Formats: sequence, structure tokens, C-alpha cells
Amino acid sequence: MRELINYIVFGWYPYFCLTTFLVGSWLRFDREQYTWRSGSSQLLRRRQLTWGSNLFHVGVLVIFVGHFGGLLTPIWIFEALGISYGLKQWIAIGVGGVAGMIAFIGMSLLVHRRLFDSRVRKTSSFGDIAILLILYVQLILGMSTIFVSLQHLDGQEVVKFMTWAQGILTLQPDISSVIADVHPLFKLHLFLGMTIFLVFPFTRLVHIWSAPIWYVGRRGYQVVRTRRNGKVAAEWPR
Amino acid sequence: MKIRAQIAMVLNLDKCIGCHTCSVTCKNVWTSREGMEYAWFNNVETKPGIGYPKDWENQDRWNGGWRRKRNGKIEPRIGSKWRVLANIFANPDLPEIDDYYEPFTFDYEHLQTAPELSAFPTARPRSLITGERMEKIEWGPNWEEILGTEFAKRSKDYNFEGIQKEIYGQFENTFMMYLPRLCEHCLNPACVAACPSGAIYKREEDGIVLIDQDKCRGWRMCVSGCPYKKIYYNWSSGKSEKCIFCYPRIEAGQPTVCSETCVGRIRYLGVVLYDADRIEQAASAPNEQDLYQAQLDVFLNPHDEAVIAQARADGIADNWLEAARRSPVYKMAMDWKVAFPLHPEYRTLPMVWYVPPLSPIQSASAAGKIGHDGAMPDVRSLRIPLKYLANLLTAGKEEPVALGLERMLAMRAYMRAKTVDGVIDEAIAKRVGLTSLAIEDMYQIMAIANYEDRFVIPSAHREIHEDAYDLRGSCGFSFGNGCSGGTTETNLFGTPKGGNKRAKTPMEVV
Repeated sequence: MRELINYIVFGWYPYFCLTTFLVGSWLRFDREQYTWRSGSSQLLRRRQLTWGSNLFHVGVLVIFVGHFGGLLTPIWIFEALGISYGLKQWIAIGVGGVAGMIAFIGMSLLVHRRLFDSRVRKTSSFGDIAILLILYVQLILGMSTIFVSLQHLDGQEVVKFMTWAQGILTLQPDISSVIADVHPLFKLHLFLGMTIFLVFPFTRLVHIWSAPIWYVGRRGYQVVRTRRNGKVAAEWPR
Repeated sequence: MKIRAQIAMVLNLDKCIGCHTCSVTCKNVWTSREGMEYAWFNNVETKPGIGYPKDWENQDRWNGGWRRKRNGKIEPRIGSKWRVLANIFANPDLPEIDDYYEPFTFDYEHLQTAPELSAFPTARPRSLITGERMEKIEWGPNWEEILGTEFAKRSKDYNFEGIQKEIYGQFENTFMMYLPRLCEHCLNPACVAACPSGAIYKREEDGIVLIDQDKCRGWRMCVSGCPYKKIYYNWSSGKSEKCIFCYPRIEAGQPTVCSETCVGRIRYLGVVLYDADRIEQAASAPNEQDLYQAQLDVFLNPHDEAVIAQARADGIADNWLEAARRSPVYKMAMDWKVAFPLHPEYRTLPMVWYVPPLSPIQSASAAGKIGHDGAMPDVRSLRIPLKYLANLLTAGKEEPVALGLERMLAMRAYMRAKTVDGVIDEAIAKRVGLTSLAIEDMYQIMAIANYEDRFVIPSAHREIHEDAYDLRGSCGFSFGNGCSGGTTETNLFGTPKGGNKRAKTPMEVV
């Protein structure tokens, strides 16, 4: 029974979440782009947002890059670079811990603001509050796994997660068994993490897809559109 | 030379009576929706005053418009592209809703449903954001109506710069004027430049600046970028919205709602041809006081054969060129030089221009001197300080505004001589550098202001770029989400923000 649950949650659920994440995002972008936005509430209340949002985003971006690189970089690259599993784990604990603390402070401000500022609370949708609390819980779970990690510093647990994540993405069957015996806190963190991918297209998180990094590369400043010559909404920078 | 055409507007402030019909009709048509209650695409301010949102002209505080860098290039005052992105998580230059005002309604229903009371039932205010009771309204739209606040507050008006303003606090010296404001549909819009998503654009055909509601992601940099604070963040949809210059009407050759309903007939709409290649250079003029002239230099003479030929080559239709030749906007801005841009120092090259208001002569003795001989009073003795108008319209340069006011006074004197004394006084026209023919035309357009003289709007050539066959039975104007009205019913991606939790008004007092 335990194996079956483990198989469903870590062998099957990831694909369900990833599919929903990709197809849902695509459908929403295609069909409901008017709802595709960051959902800022800064206009209604500036207090707590300047610090909260900046700290949260900076922390979370570092954590995101850390997870992405840490989990998906092929293991042989670390070996080629001569980074031992233990060292890698220490880097993860150090960088993740600091970024996690930054994000935690920012998020606490944001959660307080979201729940107790009447202007923000009353104009929040269920999804706005839910996703914030889910992220908050996920962050706390992630931070508390540090204490588990400190119990075993050889880096073997980290390798398990890397093997699992890369196995999922490379469609390895029965990869879920790799992490069958890790601490429940890790499992909870993984489960909630996958759930975030699941709800992603249905929340304001979609704005991540639209991070406007292309802005820096825009030639000039002005945008002019024309419908002349049969071109509908052709645009170019002036 | 790359010629484009724009439908521009002129507002004759000399005739504005501050009735707010423009604001109200605009509001009813475009912004009477959740999330936009606080937004007025068109509003009328009483000047002097700090305006709406508070202190909007103070760019040291809001960082709107453009800044000229040392190397002569311009960049948005909120910062370079990197800086804009760095501020995307929390925009330091964004006004809070209290800088506009917290929108409210009243518990009207209580007036009908109140039980027998010892006191009259009242309709108390309630916030349109939270639905909660507001005990005291601290600020509202047009709070400064007709100098409604004390001088100490309204004298923070940025246009008092360089003026000994204390004497204008005295009752005898006080002055006021109305300033209707809407999006300027600039040639060099700072909102477009500030938008990281590239969702804001200027239309090549008619110059109208629009926000693509599908592409807007709510990064809210445009709100900061626009120095006129004429872009509003809709807290309900999470998108920014702005004046659309009633483009569905303009395309059909009709005036905007604010222009159509203006009871003072102060608004003019007409085509202006401009050279798109000269915009950047004009906006980068080293001296702020040269920006007014620089913008005039961007405009092109629609009677010039070379301009007409090039305009045709650039795809401008003949009915547009004909409209450009009859354009009241061109006449007022270029021929008579009585209309001026609002705050050219922002370097946005705005396209909604203003005819400055005349005002009574300050001292009674000065008033006695004029009259018999038809001599015109010195415009510097008008009640509204010339410097104040210059700060508003020409970055502080007084001569152009003085000439504009003189020409308006000359028009009065000329027409008085003609209709009262039966004399054609060519000398009056000559003194202000005009001909009697020009003054008669000025009189026809600015004083009589017939509908067809005020609005010379060529219809758009939709037949060129649209297939009407495909458009049969489609939904016309919508909020970019198919035929929906912008608020979708329950669907996969969530109900509209707020849902049913929010208290609906009118409602029973709790």
C-alpha cells in the first residue's frame, strides 16, 4: 500500500501536474488572455508592499533558480567540476537558507497585508489568498527541511532528489521508488511543490511566464501599430 | 520625412465654464465599472490647485515624462529600461488610490427603508472598494472646485513657480480658471516607452494611443511614466486603462463624447500632419523653453505641395489631406498661434492643446484707460498672471502666450469696431501680426464655433484593412476577451476579483 501511494504521488502525480501546468497555461493564454496579469494591489495599499514584494520576489527568484539548477543539472556535471555531494548540499543549505529567510520576511509582510488590510482583503479573490498561503506553507516546509538535511551531510539525499526529478523529466518508469525512503517532510514539500504547478494556470502565478525581460532588448522606446497594407497590428519600434 | 496624420484636440479655455459635462458623459460611457470608479479619463480641474491626482504636476515627486541625459538623448524620467525592470516588484513612483480619492457611494436605500426615527434618515457614504462605512470623506473628485480649498493648500500648485504667489492669496487678487484634462495622445508618449510588455502603442493612422488589454500584464509602469497621470490602473481587472479618444466614434467621423457634449463648445478636433522622423529630435531640445517651438516644427503645412505629395506616398488618404487643410486645430496652433501644448517641458509632445483664458483687467484705473480708442490692455495686467499661464503652457516662456492673448483681445476689438461702430479697423489686425481676413476666420471658428467648424474629422478607411464580410454579426467593441464585457462569469480561471463577498450598494446600514 505504501508503495502504491508513493508510486501515485511521485510517479504519476508529477505528470498530471506538469500536463495541467503546460496545457492550462497555454489554454488560458490563448482563450482568456484578458485575465492574464500580475494582479498588483499596490494602487490600493502601498504600505508593507514595497518591502514585502521586493524581499519576497528576490528571495523566491533565487530559490527558484537554485531548485531549477540544483535538481535538473545532470549529476555528472557536478562530478566533472569536482563538487562533492556534501559540498553541493552545503551550498543548497547556505544559499537556500539565506534566500529563504529573505523570502520569508517578505512573505510574512505580504500575508499580513493580504489578510488584515481591508482594502486588499476585500478585493482579493479566493485564488489570490489561496496561492499566497500555499506558497507561504511551501516556503516554511522548505525551510524546515534544512534541519532534516543537517542530520545527514553526505549529500546522498540530494542525489536522490536529483535522480528523481531528472527521471521524471526523462520519462523513466518507476523512478518514484528512488525517493521512497526520504523523510516525510521532504515528501510533503515535494507534493506541495507539484501542487503549485497544478494550480499555476488558475492563479495569478501565470504572470511569471510574462516576465518582461524582452523590454531591455527593445530597440528605441516607441511602439506604433498600423493596420495598413493588410497587416493587422503590425508593430515596430520607432 | 515620414508623414503621419493625427486627430488632435484644442480646448478653448477662454470659454470653459467648468460645468463638468465632458467629465460626466465620459464617465458614464467609459469608466462606470468596478475597478474604475476612481478613474476619470476626462476631468476638469480648478486652477490654481494641486489637481487630480494630488500634485500631479510635481514631477520631482512622480517622475513622469522624459529626462534629457547629458549625452543629449532622452529617457523616461522613471529610469532606464534596467531601472524600470528593477522596480517592477514595487513601483516607487506609483500613486496610491488616496492620491486620487477613495471612491464612494451612499446608502440611498436607507432613505426608503428606514423605520420611523426621531431624526431624518441620511444616506451615509460607503467605500466602493471595501464596501465599508466611510465616516468622513477626506478627498474626492474635483475637491478643489472653484477654489474650494484654502490658499495655503492650493498654492502648492506647481505652476506658481517663479511667481510671488502670496499676493494671490488676498481676496482682491485671487484668480481662477478651469482646466479640463484628458489623455494627450502624445507624439512621444512616455507611457508607451515605460511599458515593459509593449502593450501600449500609438496608432499610425490617427495617432490615438491605446493599451492592448490582452497584452497588458499590470506592471503599472505606464501610470508612473505618464506625467499627466492619465493612465489608470484598474484594480479589478489588473490592467491599466486610459482615454481611448472615443476611437470607435472618431473612426466613424464623429467627435469624442467629451467634445460632442461640451455645452460651451470649447473643444475642437482636427487633423494635424506631422513628420515622424523629427519627433525624437524635437523632444530632445536642450532648452525646455524651446520645446513648444520644436513641436510646432514637427507639424507640417497641409497646403504645401511637397507635403501633400509625400503624405500620399506615405499612404494618407485624400479625405484626410482635405480635412488637414480645413483643420481648426492647425489654424489655432499654427496659423494664429493661440493654442499651446500643456506642459511641453515633459518632452512628450502632447497633442491636446489649450487656448489660454482671458481674464478681467486687474485694476479699475487700467480698465478706465481702455475702451474709447480701442487700444488693447496690456495682457500683463490681466487677472490671471501671465507667468502662471506660461508655466502651464510653454514651460515658462511668456512671449508666445502674451501674443496669443493679444490676438484674442484683438479679435474682440476688431469685431467690436466692425459690429458696433461699423468700421473695419485693419490696424488692429496688423498690430498683432494678422490680417482682417484671418481675424474674421478666427471669429468664425473661435467665437461662433459652429459644429462643422469645430469638428473636421475624416472617417477612417476601414474598408482597406477590414473585410466587412468577416465582421458580420461579430461583437463590436469589447474588452478584448471575445464578446464578453470584461467580467467573465464563473469559469475555469476564476470568478472576477471580489466575487460576491463585497457588500453591494445601495444597501441597508449595518
